[in-house]
Amino acid sequence: MILSKELIDFGYIVAAMLFIFGLKMLNKPDTARQGNLVSFFGMLIAIVVTLFAGKLDYKWILIGITIGSAIGLLFATKVQMTAMPEMVALFNGFGGLASVLVGFIAFHQDNGAPIATAIPIFLAVLIGGVCFSGSCIAYGKLAGKVTGKPVLYPGQQIVNTLILLALIGLGVFFVVTGNVQYKYNTIYEIIGLALVLGVLSVIAIGGADMPVVISLLNSYSGLAACAAGFVIGNNVLIVSGALVGASGIILTNVMCKAMNRSLANVLFGGFGAVTTKKSGPGEKKEAKAVSVSDAYLVLEAARNVVVVPGYGMAVAQAQHTVRELGDLLEENGAEVRYAIHPVAGRMPGHMNVLLAEANVPYEQLFEMDDVNPIMSTVDVCIVIGANDVVNPAAREDESSPIYGMPIINVDEASTVFVLKRSMNPGFAGIENPLFFKDNTRMIFGDAKATIQSLVSEFKES
Amino acid sequence: MLLIFVFLLSILLGIELITKVPSQLHTPLMSGSNAISGITIVGALLALNHLENDLLSTIIGTAAVIFATINVVGGYVVTNRMLAMFKKKGENKQ
Repeated sequence: MILSKELIDFGYIVAAMLFIFGLKMLNKPDTARQGNLVSFFGMLIAIVVTLFAGKLDYKWILIGITIGSAIGLLFATKVQMTAMPEMVALFNGFGGLASVLVGFIAFHQDNGAPIATAIPIFLAVLIGGVCFSGSCIAYGKLAGKVTGKPVLYPGQQIVNTLILLALIGLGVFFVVTGNVQYKYNTIYEIIGLALVLGVLSVIAIGGADMPVVISLLNSYSGLAACAAGFVIGNNVLIVSGALVGASGIILTNVMCKAMNRSLANVLFGGFGAVTTKKSGPGEKKEAKAVSVSDAYLVLEAARNVVVVPGYGMAVAQAQHTVRELGDLLEENGAEVRYAIHPVAGRMPGHMNVLLAEANVPYEQLFEMDDVNPIMSTVDVCIVIGANDVVNPAAREDESSPIYGMPIINVDEASTVFVLKRSMNPGFAGIENPLFFKDNTRMIFGDAKATIQSLVSEFKES
Repeated sequence: MLLIFVFLLSILLGIELITKVPSQLHTPLMSGSNAISGITIVGALLALNHLENDLLSTIIGTAAVIFATINVVGGYVVTNRMLAMFKKKGENKQ
């Protein structure tokens, strides 16, 4: 059975509308889950009507969808919540790769395509290629398979710029040349160089900047799908791709603002590798450590507690224990809030997901801007595995590389407990004056073990 | 030209929709929109047509369907798993 073009287009319009409604419902925690289902339903409609678009090779479609679904389901159901960032990066990369392949086939099936098709083919393989290899490196970095430190070498920016220029040159040649053999050679070169560019540009980025890169790669996968839509003249690809592209760019922008840095600075800055110099203010202060039982006494008396988690909480897998401590504090009569910095963790909203996994109700999760005004009324602030996002140098020290970055003002609380393995500086390698403040107490050791002991102290009393 | 018009309108609509998403939902938003970018599966399906079917098209087309499906299925399932964890106070805790 083959549906008429009008009916298929109508199906695509319905699908696009469902994507839009789905995204809109993602605005609120209450409706977000249904929103995702609505969006999934849209995807289903788009796929089903496409199957009736003409005589397709159903055998291979069935094989492809079966294999893809099996792999997707396996990954998605097996993955640990702490491994979510790398999983999203990987899925994202596969979307980019699919767009590269779609662009290539479109060219292969119609070598003499007009300029209006050749340009989007070039863009689809270029953006999709960068997205795929970039996402693979991001996956590697997040999963700890590739070093989380920025990999830098002299002339890096020049090399990247040259590759980009070469790609543009090849693209122009690909579009204008009439020779089919040349076209084939050129598209292979474009795909190859795009993959190289993706690797080189993401490998230079430090782990703390991952939220920005993940958002940007997310945007690329949308734009690649969008370009593929222009290739085959399909509206639903263009609309959905553009929605994702826009969403990724907005998130990228939010993340950059949260670090007070420009996108160019994140992409070319090699942050974290160059900032080991100490701008020591003469006097050498000492951090004051405190034992778990002393910390318990302070917490026991506290009426207002704020917990500030960071990537260290994810590494220590401490979210469940943290929630247990939060519950005990509440039973003890304290008000407990979780303050989450926009770039805490390795992807946008990373800490929210982990705490949600540990059954922390979302009413207790506060954004930086909502919690900062009440910080001075807080009795105890517990910093778990966060460093740069609570570093007062961002406010006070103009020579600091993170100067100007909005932070959670934990130092305004009466007492600050910092849970930390050792005195090593955080990811960005920047000295943190918070540790030396008069109201700060360090609790050294594994974050999970420390909180576990605090929990036992509460239970024994 | 019409396609470009559609593209620009969609970008504006996307910006309008996403700016309102609170930061606590940023991860599900990312993975949910990531699943939507798997829409490229439509292009992959259309590439597997009988008319211009040669071996290379079939192989690459099938590969494209596989990768796009992983993106779609994995993306939606992971997003659903995450959102299922977001609970209000007092809702049943597992």
